[in-house]
Amino acid sequence: MAEPITITGPAAKPRRTPSRLRNLFAERQVLFGGSFILLLVVIAIFAPFIAPKDPLEQDLMLGSLPPAWLDGAEPGYYLGTDDLGRDVLSRLIYGSRIALLVAIVSASLAALIGTILGLLAGWYGGWADRIISRIVDIWMAFPPVLLSILLVAVFGSGVHSVIAAIVIIDWTRFCRVVRAETLAQSQLDYVTAARTAGFPRMKILTREIFPNIVPILIALVSLEMGIAVVVEAILSFVGLSVSSDTPTWGGMIAQGRQLIHHAWWLLVAPLAVLFTTVLAFNQLGSGLRRALDPVLRR
Amino acid sequence: MTENLLTVTGLSAVSDREGGMPVLRDVGLTLKNGGVRGLVGESGAGKSTIAKAILGILPRTVRITGGWINFKGRDLLSMKPQELRSIMGSEIALIPQDPQTALNPARRIGAQLADGLKLKRDMSARTAEAHALQLLADVQIRDPDRVMKSFPHQLSGGMRQRVLIAAAFAVEPELVIADEPTTALDVTVQKEILRLIRHMQSARGTGVLFVTHDLGIVAQICDSVTLLYAGKVIEEGPVRNVLENPNHAYTKALIAAGPRYDRPDAGLEPVPEAVFRELRQEIGIS
Amino acid sequence: MDQNLLVATGIKVTYGKHAGLFGSKPSTPVLHGVDIRIGRGQTVGIVGESGSGKTTLGRALLRLVDVSAGKIAFDGRDITHIPETEMRPLRRRMQMIFQDPMASLNPRHTIRRILTGPLLLHGLAGDAATALEQVKSVLDRVSLPAACLERYPHELSGGQRQRIGIARAVLMQPDFVLADEIVSGLDVSTQAQALRLLKSLSRELGLAMAFISHDLSVIRAVCDYVYVMRLGKVVEEGPCEQVFASPSAAYTRALLDAIPLPEYDPGWLERRTET
Repeated sequence: MAEPITITGPAAKPRRTPSRLRNLFAERQVLFGGSFILLLVVIAIFAPFIAPKDPLEQDLMLGSLPPAWLDGAEPGYYLGTDDLGRDVLSRLIYGSRIALLVAIVSASLAALIGTILGLLAGWYGGWADRIISRIVDIWMAFPPVLLSILLVAVFGSGVHSVIAAIVIIDWTRFCRVVRAETLAQSQLDYVTAARTAGFPRMKILTREIFPNIVPILIALVSLEMGIAVVVEAILSFVGLSVSSDTPTWGGMIAQGRQLIHHAWWLLVAPLAVLFTTVLAFNQLGSGLRRALDPVLRR
Repeated sequence: MTENLLTVTGLSAVSDREGGMPVLRDVGLTLKNGGVRGLVGESGAGKSTIAKAILGILPRTVRITGGWINFKGRDLLSMKPQELRSIMGSEIALIPQDPQTALNPARRIGAQLADGLKLKRDMSARTAEAHALQLLADVQIRDPDRVMKSFPHQLSGGMRQRVLIAAAFAVEPELVIADEPTTALDVTVQKEILRLIRHMQSARGTGVLFVTHDLGIVAQICDSVTLLYAGKVIEEGPVRNVLENPNHAYTKALIAAGPRYDRPDAGLEPVPEAVFRELRQEIGIS
Repeated sequence: MDQNLLVATGIKVTYGKHAGLFGSKPSTPVLHGVDIRIGRGQTVGIVGESGSGKTTLGRALLRLVDVSAGKIAFDGRDITHIPETEMRPLRRRMQMIFQDPMASLNPRHTIRRILTGPLLLHGLAGDAATALEQVKSVLDRVSLPAACLERYPHELSGGQRQRIGIARAVLMQPDFVLADEIVSGLDVSTQAQALRLLKSLSRELGLAMAFISHDLSVIRAVCDYVYVMRLGKVVEEGPCEQVFASPSAAYTRALLDAIPLPEYDPGWLERRTET
C-alpha cells in the first residue's frame, strides 16, 4: 500500500496487530483441536467422578451388551459392555488417563532433548553438528515400531517403559527440524545484527534465534503427542504397555479385534476415540503454528 | 495504423484484504499498435495490478469494481474463461519479473520453449524445436544448441531472461506485458535486455506495456508513459514531454528524488510532504 | 593518530572450504587480494555488480566472515585473527546497516527490545530507563515517533524499518558504519530520505562509513571516495569527482554507460561500451 512518507511528520499508520488471544481463536483448527484436547484432559483428571461404572467391575451376566441405541441394551451401559461385562464407556474414560499421560510426558521429554541437541547442532555447526547429525541419521535408520517393541521388551512393560521408548525414538524428529530451522534462522540478518552488536554466541541463540523456533516447536510437540497416543496404543495392542487389567485404548482395540463379529462396538468405540484424539492433536498443532507466527500470518 | 491496440477505461478495483480499499481508481490508458508504454510508480501505485488485470491473473483478494479493458475491440473483462485462455499466451504474452522462478527448474529450456509453440501455434514437436532454436538465436544467445539442452540453473540470470523474452515473442503476440523484467539483473545486463526487448518489438511491431519503478528505464525504452500513485493516474503523455515538462508536482518531485551520477549536486531531494498532501487530497484519501 | 581508521590489505576470502567427515567441499575464492583503506570521518563507496565480492568484503571488514589471507587493522590494531571474545568490545565501534530491514530485525522482538538490548549489553546505558531515553532521542533524530517502540518490525513500513536499522547503528556511538545496499529495496522517494539522513548523521557524528551499492548514482550522491570491484578484485579506485568525471577502467565506463538516466536520449540504447 502506498503510504505517506515523511521525515518530519508522524509515521505512517502502522497496522494494529490483533491481540494474540483473538488470533488463536480465529483459527478454527485451534478451536476444534484445543477444545477436544481440553475436554479429554478434564475427563482424564476427573475420571472417577465422570465414569458411570467401575471400569474393572466384571459381570458375566451382562457380557457383550450392545450400545444404548441398539436392541438388547441395558440402561446405564451407554456404549455397551465387553465379553467380561465391563462398561466400555468407563474403560474409554479411564483409558484416556494413560493415553494423555504418555502423550504429554513423552512428547515434552522428546522435545526437550531434541531441541537442545538441534539448537546446538544448528548454531555451533562444526564437530557438534557432525556428531549429532550422524547420530540422528543412524537413529532414523531403525524401524520405529520394531525398535519400540524391542525397547519395551528390554525395559519390561509399564508406562515408564512406554514413555522411555517413545522419547528414545522420537527425539530425532525434534532434533532434525530444530537443527534445520536454527540453521535457516542463523543465515538471516537479524542474527548478523546481533553479532555486530556484540552479543555472546549463547546469548544470540537463546535471545534471538530460539523465540523464532518456538512456533514450529509447538506444532511439533502437538503432532508428537498424537504420535505418542498411537504408539502407546500399538504397544498396548501387542500387550507390551501397562498390565492388562488397567484399561487402555490399545488394549481395548486388541480385545475388540477378537470379538469383531459379534460385538463390533468393542473395536469401533476405542478406534473412534483414538482417531479423534490424534486428529485433534494434529489440528491443534498446525493451527497453533499459524496463529503464533507473525510472519506466516500475514 | 493509428488504432489503439489496448484501451483501458475507468478501471477500478478494491482489495478485500485491505478492507475494501481501492487499489485502482478510474484508470485509463491506451497503447498504440507497436508502441511501448511505460507504466511507472512507486510500490503500491497499482502498476502491477493493472498488468495482472489485463492478463486476467489478479489475486482472489483483488476485485474489479468497474471499467473496461479493450483489446483489439473486445473487452477482456467480459470474456468467457476459454476465450481468454485462447488469447493469453498467444495474442498477449508476459515477460515476468523474476527469471529465477519463471522457468521450471526440472525441465530443459528447449522443452519449455517448445510447449508454447506446440500448444498455441499447433506446431509438431520437430518444427517447434527448430523454431525454438531460431528464437534463441534471435534473442542473441550465442550457443543456442547448448542452451536448448540446458536446465535453467545452468544459465545466468541474464541468459534466463533472454530465454523468457524468446518464449514471450515465440507465440508472435500483438501485446507483450513486461513486468519489471530487469529488476533482478545487473545494470550492464539490464541494458542488453532493454535493447533486446526494443529490437524484438520494433522488428515485429509488437505493442509493449512496460511496468517499472525506474523513470530512467522509462526514458530509455518507452515512447509514452503513465505515472500512477495509489492506483490513480497522475500524469500521462509522450515520454519526452513528461520528463521535460511534467504537469504534476509529484512527477517533478520524483524526477528530483533520484540521485544522478552525472549531477552530484542534483537529486536526493525527498518528495516534499506538501506534494503528498496535495496528492492525497486530489485522490481523496485521508 | 593515524588518519586511517580501517585498513585492509591483501584480503582473500574463500567460501566452502572445510574438511567434512565424508570428504571436503570444493572451495570458491570470492576475493583475490583486495586493499582498501577508510579514513576517519570518510565515506567510502564500494560498487560492483553481482559476483563482485563487495558484500563479502564488507563482512570481512567486520570480521563476520573469515579471511584466508591478508590483514585487517582497525584503529591501528590488527584484528584479522583475534578471537570473538576480544572482538566483542570492538563490535560497538563497528556497526552495520543491512540491505533488508525486515530480515535484519528480529520478528519476535519489539522495536524497544531491539534498540535497548545492545545499549545495555555494552553498558552505554546504566539501566533500562536511561537506555529508553537514549533510544527515544535517536528515534526523534530519525523522525520516528516514540509510539514505534511497542511495535513489531512487521507492523512498520519498509522506509520506517530502514530508519530503525539506521537508529540501531547510530545508538552504539560507533566510529565506523558499514552500510550494505541499504536503499536497494526502497522506493526513490524513501531512498532519498534515508540517504540524506545517513549523510547528515555521518557528518554530525564524524562517522567513517563503507557504503556498498550496485548503484553508481547512489554512490556518487553520498561518498567521497570510491572502489569499483569486479569478480573479487578492485578494478579502479579514487576520489568520486575524479572517477566519475574520467574513469580510467573500461569496466567503470561500462557501468556508468549502462545507467539509464531519466532524460530524453534517443541514442542511449544503441550505444555500446567495450569492456
